[in-house]
Amino acid sequence: MIDLSALKVAGPIYEPLNQPFWEAAAKGILCVQHCDACGKHVFYPRPICPHCWADALKWVTVSGTAWLKSFSEIWKPGHPGWIPAAPYFVGLVTLDEGPTMLSHIIVDGSDIAIGDRLIFTPTVIGGAILPCFRKETT
Amino acid sequence: MRHLTPRAAISGIGELKPVRKTDNVATMDLLMRVSAEALADAAISPDQVDGLLVAPQVGETPQHVPATVAEYFGMMPTMSNMVDLGGASGPGMIWRAAAAIAAGQCETVLCVLGNHRNPVPPKSPNRNPAREFDTPFGASGANTSYALLMQAHMAAYGCTPEQYAQIAAGSRANAQANPMAIFYGQPASIEEVLASPLVASPLHLFEIVMPVAGADAVVVTTAAKAAKGPHRPVHLLGAGEKITHRAVSQAPNLTSGPLKPSIARALAQSGLDIRQIDFLSLYDCYTIMVAATIEDAGLCAPGQFSNWLQDNGGMGPEARQPINTHGGQLGFGQPDLAGGMTHVVEAVRQIRGQTPHRQISGCDTALITGNGATMSEAVALILGGAA
Repeated sequence: MIDLSALKVAGPIYEPLNQPFWEAAAKGILCVQHCDACGKHVFYPRPICPHCWADALKWVTVSGTAWLKSFSEIWKPGHPGWIPAAPYFVGLVTLDEGPTMLSHIIVDGSDIAIGDRLIFTPTVIGGAILPCFRKETT
Repeated sequence: MRHLTPRAAISGIGELKPVRKTDNVATMDLLMRVSAEALADAAISPDQVDGLLVAPQVGETPQHVPATVAEYFGMMPTMSNMVDLGGASGPGMIWRAAAAIAAGQCETVLCVLGNHRNPVPPKSPNRNPAREFDTPFGASGANTSYALLMQAHMAAYGCTPEQYAQIAAGSRANAQANPMAIFYGQPASIEEVLASPLVASPLHLFEIVMPVAGADAVVVTTAAKAAKGPHRPVHLLGAGEKITHRAVSQAPNLTSGPLKPSIARALAQSGLDIRQIDFLSLYDCYTIMVAATIEDAGLCAPGQFSNWLQDNGGMGPEARQPINTHGGQLGFGQPDLAGGMTHVVEAVRQIRGQTPHRQISGCDTALITGNGATMSEAVALILGGAA
């Protein structure tokens, strides 16, 4: 497998609102927002809760366990910086806490299917540690 | 739901022949040429146009788009706006034009979209959640999003790659009867579709639209004015629109989209059943989009699009309910945001009886669908020819 840390790719854009997410990932922690008013977890970060519109969002650490909602093996990347890594997998990852995020999926060979249990796997891509996922080993 | 009496009608259409590449062509020039075609087709002069609807991607004009286009065209409209619904922008313009006419703000609306394919396309500094939270992981562009939708559809219903590929093959077959199509003279069998390179599994290259330069324009006016024009008026009988999300990770459903309620609303307004529609002009950025739309239109149960296509006799003009006789965007090419309007233009041609070698016999009604972003912006229209 190619060394993803060597890729020259577009990394995260740091904004005050999303900074806690990327900073936590850099420390190997997965954080999302949680609404103290309606109890729902929120991804991606918002100023107020998109479910109940309360101004009650706090950053919390989540379990890092998830399931694979869909995936694709990318043969022709949309960004040229990813060409050296192709083919690689991306997927829609539904966290056990509820929200769905898109992520890079680290796969052994082609052993991947919708419904797979996943585990948070911080991975260096380009110059940043990103919240990626791999299959949970039982 | 209230039924709409046909207050507005399409009286003119224009379409430029798509080309793969342009050199130093201004989008504004393409828009003006195609608009001239549409006005000539409607047999009206530019000073009779008092409404103007445009799309955001007019290359050299990132802001104040309607005013810039109006000035370029020498028009001073009493209603003007930019419709920003991705591939649904064209169909979205049609009902907005009809609504503006019904509101008494204008009588004749020019709806126009197009773009060039110069070597260096203008790029806007796009800041949005998809860029922030998808791109860093190696997911950028629509191919990835629709691959994720298709994988979910396949897994949910057990559909095979061959079943989706038949939509690409059927579109290419239809394109053989349209000399304007980018794939005219280049049919593709199901085997050839499946032999084309995987771009983002399970999507093959031939299941993805070819980007082209081009433009489409439509004139919408009052039913009374359209009746005085040179062609059979094509009335707007119903419309529906729904926007559910932007980034594919935030889609409420991966196998059914906002076209489902949009089509239902459009049909209810028209008073027609889906099985009474003579022509299905379905937005087809990818094969999966047609599959999901056949199912969302209620033509068959979820996962049954392939069986339905078999029963339908394929997609050609001889089919029970023909689909995308101009080749669809899979066969005609996708002239940027004008891609969605090609489906409107073909429906008008079919209802007028202006499609030699691909004419549907007795075509009086059509369903047009538009789709934008990641199966997230939807517009459905029902058009009907004047009796």
